[in-house]
Amino acid sequence: MKLDTSGLETFVPPSRGLNVLPSDFTASPAFDLPGCTDFDGFQKNAVQMVKPAKGTTTLAFIFKEGVIVAADSRASMGGYISSQTVKKIIEINPYMIGTMAGGAADCQFWHRNLGIKCRLHELANKRRISVTGASKLLANILYSYRGMGLSVGTMIAGWDETGPGLYYVDSEGGRLKGKRFSVGSGSPYAYAVLDSGYRFDLSIEEAAELARRAIYHATFRDGASGGVASVYYVGPDGWKKLSGDDVGELHYKYYPVVTSSVEQEMAEAPVA
Amino acid sequence: MECIFGLVGDGFALIAADSSAVHSILVHKSNEDKVLVLDSHKLLGVSGEAGDRVQFIEYIQKNVHLYQFRNGIPLNTAAAANFTRGELATALRKNPYFVNILLAGYDKGIGPSLYYIDYIATLHKIDKGAFGYGSYFSLAMMDRYFRSGMSLEEAIDLVDKCIMEIRSRLFVAPPNFVIKIVDQNGAREYAWRESISSD
Repeated sequence: MKLDTSGLETFVPPSRGLNVLPSDFTASPAFDLPGCTDFDGFQKNAVQMVKPAKGTTTLAFIFKEGVIVAADSRASMGGYISSQTVKKIIEINPYMIGTMAGGAADCQFWHRNLGIKCRLHELANKRRISVTGASKLLANILYSYRGMGLSVGTMIAGWDETGPGLYYVDSEGGRLKGKRFSVGSGSPYAYAVLDSGYRFDLSIEEAAELARRAIYHATFRDGASGGVASVYYVGPDGWKKLSGDDVGELHYKYYPVVTSSVEQEMAEAPVA
Repeated sequence: MECIFGLVGDGFALIAADSSAVHSILVHKSNEDKVLVLDSHKLLGVSGEAGDRVQFIEYIQKNVHLYQFRNGIPLNTAAAANFTRGELATALRKNPYFVNILLAGYDKGIGPSLYYIDYIATLHKIDKGAFGYGSYFSLAMMDRYFRSGMSLEEAIDLVDKCIMEIRSRLFVAPPNFVIKIVDQNGAREYAWRESISSD
């Protein structure tokens, strides 16, 4: 099967007086279609393979003092690790941050776009936008592009006039308000650690440590997550980055190497 | 997986729905209220795709309110059901909403009523109905135990029967449910049936 691309070519009239035409003149330009029965499916899969930053672990939760947001920093393209130093926590404005899971470009672009809209709201209304409002702006945009290939899984966390706010927004158009979320391929692992250690009255230090550990354990089990575990805190005075730890070093901090006893030793075979 | 069901009793109608927000194997939230109080005497229970669900019910709710502001009288339940069906049918051949709806309402002089509207814009007036995987159990349970003119206690008892059957027989059973009722005093939340904490 060939795909006819002759319509795309600019037509060049054959020069007058020359009657000698090249032998392949009548053959229209074409290229081979991929040899498969489901061409649409093939195209979709091809796009999926190229899309970077599929595997991720991000989490956020509300507690007594505010919101904690944490993420790993690995970007992968299929089996290849394309970066270990990705900023997956995007600063929208001094009081609001977003997390990145899914398509890196989609997340970055739409968070930047959201930042612009939030600033315009601030200039027009002389007050900062609420987390509820900001997350809905994003959700409505994503909903309007639904089914067109956007890949975004994000949490919008911040502090507004009503206190701490946390929303989960995705490219299927979903928007959920909640106390505790995790997004990405490592999220089941992160949820397990987070759910078991979560209390509302955690101190900031305890909460940051819980987030760090949840990210660490997710990177331990999920091959597509890794690099550095970044932890942010959002309080009444805006967000602050608390830490960024290499998960390899965290591993040796949590599980120091213990010299194990020798179970068996090779000995000289007795002379018969 | 999603479970939503409703029935009409003596002077009231009720809708019960699960409250899980699920993404493949992950439960992101277990206290997501899927029964909207549409106006003072109407309830809208919705199941379907997360994005479509919220966008569609907010659109319906805002338009029902707009009608009330413009005309000074609210739509009655039948009118609201036909409006909802119409919007769903118009969207069906353009960009369909994947939502299944139970609409319960109470009108003066008419009494309680319940309408079934599915994602392909079918409209039925019913006195018991259900959507989702839980519907296999709750429909049979209601076929067996429902009588017209049930008292509130009897109806809640039946709802609890349905929830217990779903919890014990449905492999992918949701943990928490919300029950809302509408009668002459208005639409309101009646109770939650929670088997896990949802904060």
